[in-house]
Amino acid sequence: MPKAPLSRIAHGRSGDKGNHANVAVIAYTDAGFAWLRENLTAEVVAAYFAPLKPSRVERFEAANVRGLNFMLYDALAGGASRSLRIDTQGKTYARALLRMVVDVPADLANGHA
Amino acid sequence: MKRVRIGNGCGFWGDNLDAPIQLAKSGNLDYLTLEYLAELTMSILAVQKQKDATAGYAHDFIDVLGRLAPILTHQPRLKVITNAGGMNPRACAAKAREVLTKDGLAGTRIGIVSGDDLMPGLDNLMTSGHTLNHLDTGEPLSSIRDRVVSANAYLGAEPIAQALKRGARIVITGRVADASLTVGPAAFELGYGFGQADLDRLAAATVAGHLIECGAQATGGLWMNADDSTHLEKVGYPIAEIAEDATFSISKPPETGGAVNIETVSEQLLYEVADPARYFTPDVTADFTTVRLTQAVPDVVAVTGCAANGITDSYKVSIAYRDGFMSAGTLVIAGPNAAAKARCSGVILLEKLRQAGFTYAATNVEALGAGDCVPGVVATKDDPPEVVLRVAVRDPHRAAVERFTKEFAPLVTSGFAGTTGYTTGRPPVREVFAYWPALIAKSAVTSFVEVV
Repeated sequence: MPKAPLSRIAHGRSGDKGNHANVAVIAYTDAGFAWLRENLTAEVVAAYFAPLKPSRVERFEAANVRGLNFMLYDALAGGASRSLRIDTQGKTYARALLRMVVDVPADLANGHA
Repeated sequence: MKRVRIGNGCGFWGDNLDAPIQLAKSGNLDYLTLEYLAELTMSILAVQKQKDATAGYAHDFIDVLGRLAPILTHQPRLKVITNAGGMNPRACAAKAREVLTKDGLAGTRIGIVSGDDLMPGLDNLMTSGHTLNHLDTGEPLSSIRDRVVSANAYLGAEPIAQALKRGARIVITGRVADASLTVGPAAFELGYGFGQADLDRLAAATVAGHLIECGAQATGGLWMNADDSTHLEKVGYPIAEIAEDATFSISKPPETGGAVNIETVSEQLLYEVADPARYFTPDVTADFTTVRLTQAVPDVVAVTGCAANGITDSYKVSIAYRDGFMSAGTLVIAGPNAAAKARCSGVILLEKLRQAGFTYAATNVEALGAGDCVPGVVATKDDPPEVVLRVAVRDPHRAAVERFTKEFAPLVTSGFAGTTGYTTGRPPVREVFAYWPALIAKSAVTSFVEVV
């Protein structure tokens, strides 16, 4: 199977809830959503964001918009009020997740750039 | 079918100052909402009010209101709902009255919604069993009580609807749930109540409010597929047109930039959401997973299928407490090996402070341009020609943080070749107000509505 960044399959947006980040990933197609649902598990996302030391990662589904929403608990080093990071609110985390290179079926890899 | 058009011209304090004017002029609106209060804004406003009893509100609103006055004169049906009142809605209303009177709108009725500020009765609440435990850690508020600077319940839409019912044209609130700025006028105009029978309609208005509350984030801002053809330089701000059958559309004024499509609306639907099946507000728990989005015509998305998932008996409370001081400064380091040199420069800076007797509760060194926005996750393969070195510290002692701000300039001569960018002077020190989210029984909070 070809390798492609998740951004071929999905777009998304991320933000903060106190010290937690939410990262929403939204598939461009039904086939893409089916693939994400099967492969982009909470465990995979937790491993990817492990350097941020989230206490846990939880996945929610919003199939109506072909979306998966990941909560990265305690991942913001204190959040908007006291984090020392430049990105106190996790605004760049969706972009980061969509850089993940994955093995996908060829028809998906050739999807949205 | 009866419909109400509500546009949001401000997504946070600091948003574009011309957006509310442009939206009010060309949005064909019934209501203009303006949202000013982020999680931390209230603590900053609380400190301002402690120093000056007539301060403590979002003064940007006063300037915006002055510019809106001719439009309010020209559009006699247009009303304005805002949480600009912050910690001092009465003072904000008094200032708004001055502006309106000066601009020939003396008779305008202003609604004031308060009661969200729990500080005056905080100790009574705590001794009567409202322990305001931290939502995540479960720790009781008593552990930091002496450091608390503000405690505000997120009120709902009901007092806003009441103010409108009593004839207010401008409604100024303290802390209310962002979506409630939309739900209030929708409920008033479309005849919703706030009981069990109204929950699905309240859920629809809540979804609408959630989609427009961050301004341009619904209309092309932050959209992942935006490019130069999206014309974000003239982005239109969002309008929710809500119908009495619990459907609505999202659009933007004609002849504006940005985009309203399934992608922009989907991204915003899931923005700052935890469980999309349970989006908690004081008005209703909305289920975002039943919502159906359809591109009606270009730049108009129709939203149907909104449903409630119950209602809770508590308000969320946003508490801020003093947590020391912090500062962050930057320099630019040119390569080769810019990222490594920048990180080493950060270590040198902190080591010199250590030698001078200053250590810190927390420190952070970032090489921006080398992937450190998401540290350790986004790996760098190439050697960027330059990176921004950013060093930040936090500590209970202000003097230690002040000393930190003086350690950047020396690196311009004593650091690595290719160090530059010390043009803005020493970075500022700011007091840290840490965030303490909690819940409180609705029965323990009384909202007040005045119309003056």
